[in-house]
Amino acid sequence: MDKEPSFKKNPLSLQIDLSKFSQESFAPATEEEKRQQDVMGESTTFFKDGMRKLFRNPLAVMSIIFICLILLVIIFAPMVVPYKYEEILSVEGRRDKGAKNLAPFTYSELEQKYIENGGTRFPHIFGTDEMCRDYFIRVVYGTRVSFFIGLFAAIIVLIIGMLYGSISGYLGGKVDLIMMRIVDIIYSLPDMLMIILLSVVLQETLQFPSGTFLARLGTSMVSLFIVFGLLYWVGMARLIRGQILSIKENEYILAARSIGAKPGRIIRKHILPNCLSVIIISTALQIPSAIFTESFLSFVGIGVKAPMPSLGSLANAAREGLQSYPYKLVFPAVMICLIVLSLNLLGDGLRDAFDPKLKR
Amino acid sequence: MSETLVEVRNLKQYFPVKVGFVKTIPLKAVDDISFTIGKGETLGLVGESGCGKTTAGRSILRLYKPTGGEVIFDGELITDSNITRMRKKMQMVFQDPYSSLDPRMTVEDIIGEPLDVHKLCANRKERRERILELMEIVGLNAEHATRYAHEFSGGQRQRIGIARALAVRPEFIVCDEPVSALDVSIQAQVINMFEELQDKLGVAYLFIAHDLLVVHHISKRIAVMYLGKIVEIADADELNGHPIHPYTESLLSAVPIPDPDVTRARKRIILEGDVPSPLKRPSGCPFRTRCRYATEQCAEECPTLTDRGGGHEVACWVK
Amino acid sequence: MSETLLNVQNLHTSFFTDNGEVQAVNGVSFQLNPGEILGIVGESGSGKSVTAYSIMQILADTGRITEGKILFKGEDLTTWSEKKMQSFRGKNCSIIFQDPMTSLNPVFTIGSQLKEAVVLHTNRRGAEADARVIELLEAVGINEPEKRMKQYPFEHSGGMRQRVMIAMALACEPDILIADEPTTALDVTIQAQILELIQSLQKKMGMAVILVTHDLGVIADMCDNIVVMYGGRICERGTAREIFYNPKHEYTKGLLRSIPNVNNMKERLIPIEGTPINMLNLPKGCAFCPRCDAAMKICLQEVPEEIVINEDHKAACWMNIKAAYEEVSRNE
Repeated sequence: MDKEPSFKKNPLSLQIDLSKFSQESFAPATEEEKRQQDVMGESTTFFKDGMRKLFRNPLAVMSIIFICLILLVIIFAPMVVPYKYEEILSVEGRRDKGAKNLAPFTYSELEQKYIENGGTRFPHIFGTDEMCRDYFIRVVYGTRVSFFIGLFAAIIVLIIGMLYGSISGYLGGKVDLIMMRIVDIIYSLPDMLMIILLSVVLQETLQFPSGTFLARLGTSMVSLFIVFGLLYWVGMARLIRGQILSIKENEYILAARSIGAKPGRIIRKHILPNCLSVIIISTALQIPSAIFTESFLSFVGIGVKAPMPSLGSLANAAREGLQSYPYKLVFPAVMICLIVLSLNLLGDGLRDAFDPKLKR
Repeated sequence: MSETLVEVRNLKQYFPVKVGFVKTIPLKAVDDISFTIGKGETLGLVGESGCGKTTAGRSILRLYKPTGGEVIFDGELITDSNITRMRKKMQMVFQDPYSSLDPRMTVEDIIGEPLDVHKLCANRKERRERILELMEIVGLNAEHATRYAHEFSGGQRQRIGIARALAVRPEFIVCDEPVSALDVSIQAQVINMFEELQDKLGVAYLFIAHDLLVVHHISKRIAVMYLGKIVEIADADELNGHPIHPYTESLLSAVPIPDPDVTRARKRIILEGDVPSPLKRPSGCPFRTRCRYATEQCAEECPTLTDRGGGHEVACWVK
Repeated sequence: MSETLLNVQNLHTSFFTDNGEVQAVNGVSFQLNPGEILGIVGESGSGKSVTAYSIMQILADTGRITEGKILFKGEDLTTWSEKKMQSFRGKNCSIIFQDPMTSLNPVFTIGSQLKEAVVLHTNRRGAEADARVIELLEAVGINEPEKRMKQYPFEHSGGMRQRVMIAMALACEPDILIADEPTTALDVTIQAQILELIQSLQKKMGMAVILVTHDLGVIADMCDNIVVMYGGRICERGTAREIFYNPKHEYTKGLLRSIPNVNNMKERLIPIEGTPINMLNLPKGCAFCPRCDAAMKICLQEVPEEIVINEDHKAACWMNIKAAYEEVSRNE
């Protein structure tokens, strides 16, 4: 350190050891080097970001797995299991009268004999019911029906609610006022009473050609759909109207108008994509509520028409032999619980992941 | 002054406000304002929040249907029937760079929207080229065309907004507080860009802002608004050097100047009280309730703009 | 002005978010003397508000002070319990926020909210507390305080509400008043009123004020001393005159060049290029180097140390060290 004295001339040298630097360190940095310090984050779309958040939520992932599993079972089980939901068990063409109320994974006497003689018989996974029908396949069909009703009802609600809500929200003013008062009136009608009344009326008037799917579902199910279509959309309509009203306040809508875009384009390109997440979420939450209503109605006895099973009617039928065969109530009841729970959890997960309002 | 591009004549914009069960009274957001903007010129419009400056900008573009008055663009009266065509010539840049860009659209689609609406591009290739050209004009990286607006910082978003406004090659842009939501270090970038675009493309601006220093820097002429009325209009330097209206005077003295010696040495005129609600406008001159010089005449009659020489117009009885 | 009221030493505050740790404040040190107005200036994301919140320990749930000391009259606040902090807030140190619209509870009258603050920190009760509320409202320049205190926040304008907030902050005559962007949401003429009020109250009560803002004009007008922040670090600090007339950090220089001033109306502004810093991805060296025109190799590699320019001025920029190095080399 022979240069020591020269440092003293400068007060800075007392604060920092200048000898560790060379001319090189004070050379100007290139643009390239500067840019390397300043990198833009990974490009993510709204959808990707939402999916990433969704798959980080353990409850939502579990629900997705469970729902997928159920879907696989209700699609493929009827192909694998050799029984039909309305089929009364028979062995080699003979009616198996002993196959009544079998416990899970047991065989009736006739079946046992048949197996001893070298025949193969598919196991009754959930046992059989009081009319000698395989209970597993009935639960599978019951789940199918419940799922179908849930999905279909949700779609009806979605279509009507979306149309009504977006017209009312976009037009605003007097149109909105009148449309929303109609919604208020419909909101005040007791829905259960309406369903029961309608199904009674429709039972008398509606006749479906026998053999069609609608006929097999029964008039009460059709009336359920009609009631859903008539009553349950109001919640969805209100929600979408509210969304549109708040989206309309955004400056990008004004920007689109200042560009000269027509109302149709604004709804299509700006408003609907921005309330899509809310629509998806509330549709996902609508499905379990429809399943629940259906189960309740079937349990009360005005649901699907026999022999078509639904989870509710299966539970209702199981009530009679509750003390001897409790598992017959457990299977459909647990199924309803799990489906509704997982759909609700999935809906919540979707909301957490996609709702722009919950974003930081 | 150069050739007139936009002429605003007695523009009025009232909004009905419900006061009772059915009774409504008009909220006079903009009350009888007139001014002209020359080709390639910038008019600054300043005032406090609620003075109607934003509403004025939107009424000129007919985003609201004006209650009265007319806007003449390049010799042509703007009406409901020709507005779609006129929107190719008049555009707008918004204040909030966060809410003025659709979060579900990519930069390319945002800038391309005016091209689609007015069918300005024959095919996809031409559209893409024009978008990239616009991005280059506003200093955006072409690689970012497929990104979403929320990935950008405030300054970059404002550039996207400007590119969208430029897409139709407008002659006139209403800039509604385009820098007030931006960081201090970014404001200068955007102000410079506005000035460079004006030099290059010859667009005229109506530059609305509440920051007098920014408006002074960018504008050739400045109009000061108070409660829906223009109280003073003059050349930028004239207005800053010799304000006549007492409101302009106190407004200028209230602006904090980023220079300790200057700002501490000058005398501030602190106004008493708040801006009255536009629903309860004082009679006569709107400013009289806070004015130091108010006389009886001010309460009786509203002053109109009168020329005090050299295009310096003031609406005041006293001064 | 001998004893230091507040001494912040090497403060580090981080937020632990889904996307990783965000180091909002990175080794900030400054002193506050009694009766001083200190300005903290910086743009969004510079850590200026987080510094203020760290002193009050009112950070969001994810935020934590990870290192450093905050000495208030010699006692370290970071070791205090929440209960002790509660009495510190309000009694020794109060804060007013940017948005006077959301800082007041809309369902209670102004008077009852002010009274609550008075009762909480003093032993005045009943009529005595009411008298104090009226006194406070008068002090912040509100006419007809008896009538005003029975009104709800929505019946007052933005400027009025900010006055009420100041009255609330002053309820027990704190030693320190932190004002976090107190006038950003207000109009120019109202801003002038509020700034005047803060100044006159500060003179009357002799408290110290920390003024957090992005507005250089406000800073120039109000402050004795200034701290300039960028990317969670202090760029430079010193007296107002030193910072404005003798800036020694490239960021401060750039900032002063880029704002419209009375003197540069006819010239193009000289902006700071680039985009604001991404706090999730801080550069290794000086936070400002990606946007700095004078950036050097060393700026990219190392964080500059703060050095003393003169007794009123400290700066953390490699340019100063370079100047010293060149001078030394020339003398050899």
